[in-house]
Amino acid sequence: MEYQYPRFTPEMKKTHTILMPNMAPIHFEMIVEAMRDEGYKVELLDNSGHDVAQEGLKYVHNDTCYPALLVIGQFINALKSGKYDLDRTALIITQTGGGCRASNYIHLLRKALVKAGFPQVPVASLNFSGLEKDSGFQLTLPLIRKVLAAVFYGDELMSLANQTRPYENQPGSADALVHRWVREIADQFDKKHGVTLADMTANFNAIARDFAALDVTYTPKVKVGVVGEIYVKYSPLGNNHLEEFLHSEDCEVNLPGLMGFVQYCIANTSITIRLYGGSRLVALGADALMKWLTRREQRMIDAIARYPQFHAPTLFEHTMQLAKGVIGYGNKMGEGWLLTSEMMELQKTGFENIVCAQPFGCLPNHICGKGMINKIRTIYPNANITPIDYDPSATRVNQENRIKLMLSVARERLNDHGSGSAGTPAPVYGQVKVPGVKVPGLSPAFAEN
Amino acid sequence: MKIGLDIGSTTIKCVVLDETDSIIYKAYERHYSHIVEKAAEVLARLDKEICKGEKALLSISGSAGMGLATACDVPFVQEVFATRVAAKRYAPDADVVIELGGEDAKILFLTHGTEVRMNGSCAGGTGAFIDQMATLLKMTPDEMNEAARHAEKTYTIASRCGVFAKSDIQPLLNQGAKASDVAASIFYAVVNQTIAGLAQGRVIQGNVLYLGGPLTFLPQLKKSFDKVLKLTGTCPENSLYYVALGAALYSDKALNLAEVADRLEKYSATASYAFDPPLFASREEYEAFRVRHAKASVPRRPFTGDVGKVYIGIDAGSTTVKAAVIDEEENLLFTSYQPNSGNPIPIIRQLLMEIYRAHPGLEIGSVTATGYGEDIVKSAFGVDYGVVETVAHFTAAKHFMPDVDFVIDIGGQDMKCFKIENGAISNIFLNEACSSGCGSFLQTFAQALGYDVPEFAKLALFADRPVDLGSRCTVFMNSSVKQAQKDGASIENISAGLAISVVKNALYKVIRASGPEELGKKIVVQGGTFYNEAVLRAFEQEMGVEVIRPDIAGLMGAFGAALYGKAKGRKQSTLLSLTELENFTQEVRNVACGLCGNNCQLTVNLFPGGKKYISGNRCDRPITHRGAENPLNLYEYKLHLLESYRAEPGPRGTIGLPLALNMYELLPFWHTFFTKLGFSVVNSGAASRKLYLEGQSTIPSDTVCYPAKLVHGHLHKLSKMAVDTIFYPCMTYNVDEHLGDNCYNCPVVAYYPEVIAANCHELQNIRFLYDYVDIHRHKDFVKKIGAILARIWPDITRPEVYAAADAAYAEYDAHMAQVRAKATEIIAKARSEGRQIIVLAGRPYHVDPEINHGIDKLICSHGAAVITEDSISHLVEKFPTSILNQWTYHSRLYAAAKYIADQPDMNLVQLVSFGCGVDAITTDETREILQEEGKLYTQIKIDEIANLGAVNIRLRSLFAALEQ
Repeated sequence: MEYQYPRFTPEMKKTHTILMPNMAPIHFEMIVEAMRDEGYKVELLDNSGHDVAQEGLKYVHNDTCYPALLVIGQFINALKSGKYDLDRTALIITQTGGGCRASNYIHLLRKALVKAGFPQVPVASLNFSGLEKDSGFQLTLPLIRKVLAAVFYGDELMSLANQTRPYENQPGSADALVHRWVREIADQFDKKHGVTLADMTANFNAIARDFAALDVTYTPKVKVGVVGEIYVKYSPLGNNHLEEFLHSEDCEVNLPGLMGFVQYCIANTSITIRLYGGSRLVALGADALMKWLTRREQRMIDAIARYPQFHAPTLFEHTMQLAKGVIGYGNKMGEGWLLTSEMMELQKTGFENIVCAQPFGCLPNHICGKGMINKIRTIYPNANITPIDYDPSATRVNQENRIKLMLSVARERLNDHGSGSAGTPAPVYGQVKVPGVKVPGLSPAFAEN
Repeated sequence: MKIGLDIGSTTIKCVVLDETDSIIYKAYERHYSHIVEKAAEVLARLDKEICKGEKALLSISGSAGMGLATACDVPFVQEVFATRVAAKRYAPDADVVIELGGEDAKILFLTHGTEVRMNGSCAGGTGAFIDQMATLLKMTPDEMNEAARHAEKTYTIASRCGVFAKSDIQPLLNQGAKASDVAASIFYAVVNQTIAGLAQGRVIQGNVLYLGGPLTFLPQLKKSFDKVLKLTGTCPENSLYYVALGAALYSDKALNLAEVADRLEKYSATASYAFDPPLFASREEYEAFRVRHAKASVPRRPFTGDVGKVYIGIDAGSTTVKAAVIDEEENLLFTSYQPNSGNPIPIIRQLLMEIYRAHPGLEIGSVTATGYGEDIVKSAFGVDYGVVETVAHFTAAKHFMPDVDFVIDIGGQDMKCFKIENGAISNIFLNEACSSGCGSFLQTFAQALGYDVPEFAKLALFADRPVDLGSRCTVFMNSSVKQAQKDGASIENISAGLAISVVKNALYKVIRASGPEELGKKIVVQGGTFYNEAVLRAFEQEMGVEVIRPDIAGLMGAFGAALYGKAKGRKQSTLLSLTELENFTQEVRNVACGLCGNNCQLTVNLFPGGKKYISGNRCDRPITHRGAENPLNLYEYKLHLLESYRAEPGPRGTIGLPLALNMYELLPFWHTFFTKLGFSVVNSGAASRKLYLEGQSTIPSDTVCYPAKLVHGHLHKLSKMAVDTIFYPCMTYNVDEHLGDNCYNCPVVAYYPEVIAANCHELQNIRFLYDYVDIHRHKDFVKKIGAILARIWPDITRPEVYAAADAAYAEYDAHMAQVRAKATEIIAKARSEGRQIIVLAGRPYHVDPEINHGIDKLICSHGAAVITEDSISHLVEKFPTSILNQWTYHSRLYAAAKYIADQPDMNLVQLVSFGCGVDAITTDETREILQEEGKLYTQIKIDEIANLGAVNIRLRSLFAALEQ
């Protein structure tokens, strides 16, 4: 059956406040700024706690994935709070458009809104797949550029903060610096700056310089990578504050960047066409976009790599190659081959301990997450990977106990070898230029299984 | 001195080591959930008796020890890690350690690459599970062990979780299966659960060490492990203490134990937890509540000699037997409520004899049976009528509120909720595995905490801060309750929290309601659980409405059955006479049916006069001895069509196809394609329990759906079939039937070959082709598949590929056409015979008898015809849906739901595999489509689970509702 749901019309841009869930705190704060500059009144939701999940359980099928429960619960909780004029409030949600159930979140949200008594609240879709073409919310070119820039800045800030926080001499200095830079980027966006290649390069360099100037003492620490379903990977609401927990366990954490997911989606466009047929033109367009992104990515990597104490992320091109022979590039639902690639990358760069986070019953992760752990272990026998399921009633204790098991093994190894990041500058695994990989465009070889 | 404290989910273990790491003290005690107090007590004792005020090296381990350790500043050692440390020191030759604890199961691989694993959040095969099952058998775990020694055979029991297992075991017991056989079967279920969940592709071999309480105290469990693993493991000295030993060995912080004990006591005062508002704000509110509910009572009359004609209702439930006797005016004369002790027959016989003896010359109008045991009671005692539970309950509810809109019945094991529109049941909700919180659940917790049920319920009423416990399932609930206790929640608040969770479970998981308006205004709540005033209050509070709870809430089934029988207006009951009852005998025999591949374990009850009652069967063949094939069952027909694809000799070698997931639809395509290319094509055939068990050790994710888990078994089977190549392609896209916005496969169907390639060691010496292939674009397909084949068989020419592809597409189309033609035939035949037609809607692989567990046959045994969703979906044009309609199989489902709108004799039953994430979306949508058309929606959730008792009630309720 079909609902006649309210559209987000162009006029609403002026009249409506748009509520947006906060998936990745650093990134989304800047993305919101970018949207505000384009004239949208956006507010990032920060309501959390017990009631959020309860609302979700009430209005969404309980077997639906946890991120959907949380995001929808968060929206409804906010709408019920009385803080918003319900006739002048809209919601925005991302939509990936793949074969995973996540593409249905927006529809589940609309159903839930009707059930909860907010049928008048329109929902806009944030997607790059051309879904919901009739929506008044459109990604214009200036907005896309700002959003992409925000994702890059977010990745750099997140990566450097994670590398600094465990070693800082003044607790809180890394977070303060992140905050300062988020404000700075917001100001630049406001002045229509910060999106050209030159501006971005300057910012990348300045960010790296600022972090390098923080007062730190390096001691050997257990290094943990976090991969997983995108929402529970990044969102503290989704993963029971995983980053914080790992930090409290005295670990250095590495969350592969959000831009990787954007690049993964773009790469899939051309892979799909090469695998199954379709418009060559679209494939070439995707390749061109990838090339454009890679140029910026390279600048960011260069900025970080200038400081030997930091390990720079590797080029997406390179990360992507690591999946070869492990999982097929046709595996494109959910995080697909990217998740496997990221686990391989972490193994290669000294993060042999990994938390693979997913919602309970996550369909794609049965394959590209849990399904690949054995295979990764045959390649990297030291891989110490623990899959953790998140859902409304899984207890935090249970999750933390399993993570602690992984950490015990990691600590024992750290003590046995005493090497790893011991003492001083981490070895430079963040090799910038990857031999054998020419600049962008996808080599057709990737499209092979 | 080194001290290790292992605080587990049920016990505290402690060891003290001297300088040479020899044990100088050890202790093992149950803590009965008084974790903090018990831990403090143990420490204080150690301080007094062993340390004598001196400092000692101390660390804490164990699943319940984590929070405590942090709180009192003692180093924590993760328990699996501790086991490893201890095993290295005390059992250096061990290759593999298997440790079962109260709520955890662990496997440690120590040699050839160390790996440590513990069960995920969804798991049953642990000590708590064994305790729960023992309770069900009315035994202690030791008695269960003893019983298992004398087992003659084993039954298949779902091992994934306690809830599933329970629903397998209860009917076995009710049908008269021997307790010894059931006990042994439970141990095997634990073994299978451990292996399926934790081996994940690694072979368990070499020196195996068994640790932990269950494996120490239950030798039969250990033997079961030995038998399945085909080795002899050892249960070493101190097998209970390995975690504590590891913690002791790892301890490096000197502490004064008395001080730690002190800190622990302070900790319980500071912790906090999430809570709900209290159930009652004041005593006055409670009194008003009581007065209001006291009004809903049924008139009673003494059961004297002059009552006239009476009507008897018997409700033989899964755990209890209830009876009610009423007179012509529907006054209640007599009631009875007792546990069935595994066999209702002797109890009912006794009851009937007592009634006869106490009331000589009693005029019995009719006797009506209902509940799980309805059929056996009917055939044993010459009872006049049988009525399905839902109808019995509805009849009783109407008695209290003639215009009732909604009935919720929460019993010991089941929850039955139904909506009533225009005087007939319009929607039925029954609880499933993950939504099982019922009466017995409250009982279990009450007992675990040392209370009886009424006492426990009373505690809840004035709790100030009821714990918020979530609503998922019993296994999760256990750990939530323990956490709440550690966080300082009082028993009162836990009791109230549990009552609220039962209600939330009913509302949000079973009924899926978001507000009172969905249930209607006139609600009757019944079932024994609603005697619990906390549950009743929580329900009213959560829904914001006042409901009727009859004073005979627990007897409504029996009362309704009596009313039902009375309404039938029979003059004289056919019930056995007193003499006949006195001479009554029951003999139970167990046999294997063997008439078809399901090979059901039949329980045959023999009663006087050659009367026989057979149970455990899925279809009516063992009873009617009718021919094999039912002409009205499209599931059977589809299966037969697939069986007709046999291998032909092929010069290019042998290709194996796993008959799993989407291969169930594409077998005609691939079989033809490869046969045409000159291969001999074999397939793994329909699945079986045995096939599953053989593949279970390579499953990496224990929460994936059962149809996907079966793929491992299929691959194992193919690997033994002398094939050169196994072909099982990854398929992002399905065929495009233009019914939806896209034509995806679900992620599991699409990419499961990747999991097989990465985890199944059987494939080492076999070529496994799992390329990404899609057939929805004919032209691109031939190019793609040509390139793949050329890689291995360069001699295959392009024209050959083209011809084979053409033949494959043609065969696929012909196959689908054949299925659809057969459906037309079945529909016509059913209509001419005036039968109901059930669209048993699932996916193509639900045709597999191991996946559908014979539900198709069960439906046919009710006299209905069965067709599939894909046999009618092509009759519908694409139409708008409120969700993104992007998976081919599910597009068919929506189309089928739409199609039956104007087919008055067709109804849809949706098969949902447990763990199918996609169905969280499709079930709600299908329900909405059907309801918009005024149709009933029936969903059946299936997993490994093999028993059809609950399914049968659901189906009978459906048919009963259709008859109204």
